[in-house]
Amino acid sequence: MRIIKNIGQYFGEIFHAIKSLLTGMKITGYYFFHPKEIVTQQYPENRDTLKMFDRFRGEVVLIHDSNNEHRCTGCSACELACPNGTIEIINKKEIDPETGKSTKAIDQFVYHLSMCTFCNLCIIACPTDAIKMAQTFEHSVFDRSKLTKVLNNPGSKLMPGIRE
Amino acid sequence: MSTEQTVLGNETQEYFINMGPQHPSTHGVLRLLLTLDGEIIRKVEPHMGYIHRSIEKMCEKDSYQQIVHLTDRMDYLSCHINNEAVCLTVEMGLQLEIPERVKVIRTIISELTRLASHQLWWGVMGMDLGAITGFLYGFRDRELITDIFEETCGARLTMNYNVPGGLMFDIHPNFQKRTKEFLAYFKKKLPEYEELLTGNVIFEERTKGIGYISKEDVISYGVTGPSGRGSGFACDIRKLHPYSAYDRVEFKEILYNEGDSYARYMVRMDEMKESMHIIDQLIDNIPEGDYKAKTKAVIKLPAGEYYQRVETARGELGVYIISDNKKSPYRVKFRSPGFSNLSALDTMAKGCKIADLVAMMSTLDLVIPDIDR
Ligand code: SF4
Ligand code: SF4
Repeated sequence: MRIIKNIGQYFGEIFHAIKSLLTGMKITGYYFFHPKEIVTQQYPENRDTLKMFDRFRGEVVLIHDSNNEHRCTGCSACELACPNGTIEIINKKEIDPETGKSTKAIDQFVYHLSMCTFCNLCIIACPTDAIKMAQTFEHSVFDRSKLTKVLNNPGSKLMPGIRE
Repeated sequence: MSTEQTVLGNETQEYFINMGPQHPSTHGVLRLLLTLDGEIIRKVEPHMGYIHRSIEKMCEKDSYQQIVHLTDRMDYLSCHINNEAVCLTVEMGLQLEIPERVKVIRTIISELTRLASHQLWWGVMGMDLGAITGFLYGFRDRELITDIFEETCGARLTMNYNVPGGLMFDIHPNFQKRTKEFLAYFKKKLPEYEELLTGNVIFEERTKGIGYISKEDVISYGVTGPSGRGSGFACDIRKLHPYSAYDRVEFKEILYNEGDSYARYMVRMDEMKESMHIIDQLIDNIPEGDYKAKTKAVIKLPAGEYYQRVETARGELGVYIISDNKKSPYRVKFRSPGFSNLSALDTMAKGCKIADLVAMMSTLDLVIPDIDR
């Protein structure tokens, strides 16, 4: 009697095991026959249509308008806000042509992409909204020195009326 | 030390083996020094520090705004909750009144973070036990949450969305729509998780009764979070010391008393449902208002000591700040959940087999940068 009971239990367990495996297989089988539900992105192929979200933080850029003018006064607030020394503001003295007084202006806005943690603190620190996050993300290069960038375009100027 | 040195007249000898620091199932650079007798584990000695970045020390030179983004890099799967913990501590020190809107948004995003973390954990748990399918399913659903984060916070993993006093910017106009879509979607998908893994005979055999730890041991090791609640230890900070908007939502604290790997697994599975329930209650009731309270550009905490606890996806995170009224803290200490949870591994693993150790570590849900900091 006991043996029969054990045998029953034995087959019961096997049956239960197979059933549980089939339950799982049912799901994988469902997706196998419904390829429409696959959510994977075909990344390198869809490069042209791929659009990142507006707020995505790819890298810091200095905004220039069509006259090659930017809004950075060289106040260094972003440099101070940055937790890891990613930004270096190098200023120069400039003689204002109208008043003849010497003022501070940026010479080089140096940005070390390799050190940036994309924390956005520099952007919210800037009093004149001169910098923003770009949505680029393909940053890999063969030479590390290429990751140190000067963000102000050559010959660019401060937009009039920003300093006030 | 061991009881069965002689089996059937054959001398057996204990030996040592290093699991990690580069072992896929340790989920990071953790080295476990195992003392083995054949396949039986006699002792587990964790060796840490391979990813130590001295975050606590770095905090001593950073401003309070800058500290927040460092905590992204501790438990990166609960980064929003870590950020929130630091912000809550600073806000406590400043005695700042936080807008209701901020509290609700923080709570929603925290719960989304918890969901994403548990989804990833579920997938990885399956993978550790040999079911790669689960891994892909978990990541598929987590992707939708990271999309929500990317749209609102600007990053998928290290979001740094909290600032002392509130949020970095307001939620994206699509946030509510997307979150509701996700909830509707995931409520249909969660039963799939159960069918794929929970009832699976191989999975049950490898987790039920394995890695047992008693409630007393859990308390004495300070194991918190789902791992502690799997042994019946009621330790949910959201219930015990409600912060943000947890005082106005209704949810159950999930408790299982078995104390084995399977119980810890079930706690997380049920927590996902509770998280969705919390978001359901809040998502349509985000109060209008500012997304940030006014703070000075340079924050100086009044001299004193501040401590705030939050519930991350892994357990209790404590932030302890000593301030001497300067713009950086005098000392910061993080009580990270992973560190205490890891300490219980030796007790759990004694007498089990190596393959069971993998399952145990999975159900402890260790994140190594959280342990090392
Ligand atoms: S995003 Fe953060 S790390 Fe990067 S430059 Fe700005 S402040 Fe520095
Ligand atoms: S980018 Fe903004 S914060 Fe930085 S130096 Fe220029 S004006 Fe100042």
